[in-house]
Amino acid sequence: MSKVLMRAAGFAVAAALLALSQTSHASTAESRLANGMRVVVKTDRRAPVVVAMVWYQVGSVDEVNGVTGVAHVLEHMMFKGTKTTKPGEFSRIVSAAGGRENAFTTRDTTSYFETLQSSQLELALKLEADRMNNLELLPEEFAKEIKVVMEERRWRTEDRPRSLVFEALMATALTAHPYRRPVIGWMSDLKNMTADDAVDFYRRWYAPNNALLVVVGDVEPTEVFALAEKHFGPIPARTLPVRKPQNEPVQRGERRVTIKAPAELPYVVMAFPVPPLRDAERDWEPYALDMLTAVLDGNEAARLNRTLVRGERVANSVGAGYDGISRGPGLFYLIAIPTRGRSAADVETGLRREMAKIIEEGVTDEELNRAKAQAVAAQVYQRDSMFFQAQQIGSLEMAGIPHTTIDVQLEKLRAVTPDQVRDVARKYFRDEALTIVELDPQPLPARRPVAPPEGMRHGR
Amino acid sequence: MGAERWLTGLLLLALAGPAAAILPIQHWQTAGGARVYFVENHDLPMLDLSVEFPAGSAYDSAEKSGAAAMTNRLLQLGADGMSEDEIARRLADIGAQLGASSETDRAGLSLRTLSSVRERRPALDIFARILRNPSFPQAVLEREKARLIGALKEADTKPDTIGSVNFYRLLYRTHPYALRSSGEVATVETLTREDLVSFYRRHYDRRYAVVALIGDVTRAEAEAIAEEVTRDLPQGNGAKPALPGVAVLDDGARRFIAHPASQAHILIGTPGIRRGDPDYFPLFVGNHVLGGGGFVSRIIEEVRQKRGLAYAAYSYFSPLQRAGPFVIGMQTQREQAAEALRVVDATLREFVASGPTEDELRDAKRNIIGSFPLRIDSNRKIHGYLALIGFYQLPLSYLEDFSGNIERVTIADVKAAFARRVDPDRMVTVVVGPEPAAVP
Repeated sequence: MSKVLMRAAGFAVAAALLALSQTSHASTAESRLANGMRVVVKTDRRAPVVVAMVWYQVGSVDEVNGVTGVAHVLEHMMFKGTKTTKPGEFSRIVSAAGGRENAFTTRDTTSYFETLQSSQLELALKLEADRMNNLELLPEEFAKEIKVVMEERRWRTEDRPRSLVFEALMATALTAHPYRRPVIGWMSDLKNMTADDAVDFYRRWYAPNNALLVVVGDVEPTEVFALAEKHFGPIPARTLPVRKPQNEPVQRGERRVTIKAPAELPYVVMAFPVPPLRDAERDWEPYALDMLTAVLDGNEAARLNRTLVRGERVANSVGAGYDGISRGPGLFYLIAIPTRGRSAADVETGLRREMAKIIEEGVTDEELNRAKAQAVAAQVYQRDSMFFQAQQIGSLEMAGIPHTTIDVQLEKLRAVTPDQVRDVARKYFRDEALTIVELDPQPLPARRPVAPPEGMRHGR
Repeated sequence: MGAERWLTGLLLLALAGPAAAILPIQHWQTAGGARVYFVENHDLPMLDLSVEFPAGSAYDSAEKSGAAAMTNRLLQLGADGMSEDEIARRLADIGAQLGASSETDRAGLSLRTLSSVRERRPALDIFARILRNPSFPQAVLEREKARLIGALKEADTKPDTIGSVNFYRLLYRTHPYALRSSGEVATVETLTREDLVSFYRRHYDRRYAVVALIGDVTRAEAEAIAEEVTRDLPQGNGAKPALPGVAVLDDGARRFIAHPASQAHILIGTPGIRRGDPDYFPLFVGNHVLGGGGFVSRIIEEVRQKRGLAYAAYSYFSPLQRAGPFVIGMQTQREQAAEALRVVDATLREFVASGPTEDELRDAKRNIIGSFPLRIDSNRKIHGYLALIGFYQLPLSYLEDFSGNIERVTIADVKAAFARRVDPDRMVTVVVGPEPAAVP
């Protein structure tokens, strides 16, 4: 019911949930413009609707210290005017065309999208092409919008103890790789950011040869290619900055951090470095890790919930996650909230025991087949959403995985054996590679309702 | 590349209306009296189904607040000889997804399954058994109470929860809409197995069941499914549970609650309208201009675009069986709370006094009518409308009539409807965050 605006920063955990089990079907058509921009079209005629997404292969991973958060700030500024449109006009035009628009930034990408009646596709492409090349980043608009982003950071992170835990987890589990920095940026960097920082980032990275257009809906691919050529074709390619690998050094011992913040229940997150998917045809470990996630947490009777929540009642809730689609290093997460009266140490013991059981005894055929059946069904269910299909194609491509391997991925998933699941658990669940962050709940100061002061009286 | 050229084309589009995506909704009643709403669609090999009842938190008593939600929560945790783990495993084995939902008015279960008989038949069998013969195991109830109490205590430390609990209490006072849908720590502690059994018997009555289905089955199959999932449900002989009317607020109320969060959480509102109210469309269009239109509404323009005061700022009407709330909400840095309140109050007063401009009304209609196909572009969304139309007994032509009802709204309609429903001098305001002394 309540409408929360997005212009959103993505999160590691959200990415973790978008793991490999998301696959789809049906074929796509692909084209590349002379300036290097790629276009992928998937026809879905179930409704006279189209989803257009422009993906830039640039995210917080491409930021440098001192200007963290600039990828996301630039995403906000992309709605603030071009040489020929005024601030906010982009949104007004799309709205009056019966469309919806928004954008999101993740560690790996920045993505802009419009959903409209399919007859309005050209409008979306025209507007997107305009702001790819003609953004006019006005200092007075920047001054207001950076305040909005700081409010967003307060809302997403500062006042949410569990977000603070994840922020600390990334900053601890990674030392050299830029995934250690939050997508939304550190508050100090936001406070000191200038309009020029955003302009520089735009000039470096926003180019057709760093962009992918994904269109899903009631459209003919050849028509989409022609429209893409018409609107994006004239934009010249640019030389993109060289990306350095910034590889993470080997971890040599457990890392442990405590966050103190107002809360009632502790919260524990454990993370182990694991490989993300790189070669959809040849890799096998990422698929085994995905199945491991499902065996641990794929349904209400999966191992973690069955033993720790339902059986021993040591945890109020539990979770497992793996961010296998990723430009940078992968992590495997285990999460638990203890029941009242039980401690963070109690749930940590429980999680460790469940990992040890898999390392020692492996998983059963029954558990694995269940996880596979869920993945196969999910492949059908996902086709109900055009937006999901567009998002899946884009996220894979941005991580360097061809979207045409979606069916191969499902086959590889179905070929995972119980031994492979045990083997990845053995290889990666090692104490010396563990990072663990714990929320130590602090009491709220006693609160009581009070009469409003004069200055805050409201009307009357 | 100005806007003008496009707007000409859009005007034509708006006049032509949406691509008349007429949905053939089929409706009938089961032998036991359940109302069924069905759309046959074979595009994808899947089926979405829900069965809902007037069994939401509005039917809780103050003493047993939380009984409705706990009853709903326990349905799938043991039924008809199956343990909670068996239920979860058997459904996962065929890739079926079971959902339970308990809202203010309605509560029930939903199912998404592949439509081939190999998956569909066992999925429907388990679904029907859960619905007709839940066992409410004592040990599971004790565990779920403990989990919920932990979660409630956690939520009670959060400024958004504190704000919303206090807001609804002030808005609805002695009406059951004031109750927290999950219950309170003190009331959840008192819930017994007998409470749940009696709530289930009284409210999961087959005479009041609403079945919504969309997907890859025929009419004949849908009829058989609707019978199967409702046939052996409880059947009472009493009257249908009713809800009291909502009293109009005689006066506004303001509450400031101190909290260490860096942002103040602000909620402003009043009881609004019920489902099916003739003011619905004028209020819907008007609110689109005021605070419901995303990045182009007045509230977001004043609060965010012009002043950078907040990330999220919005308003909405949430019509219910009885007068559901009208809510304005936002979060802002605690030091700016007073300024944000002033800006929103002025924006609301100006809108209620003068209504939308001609241009605003035109653009709002263009967006709402033009985006109509987006409301029904997936089985999931259509299923949501079937359940809504069924539960609130809206006209079967609700979706067909939607665009016409929007088009007919005039500025005078919006002004008159807001004048009837929203009095800026009688609003409930809750602010969680700043110490009053810290406010200039």
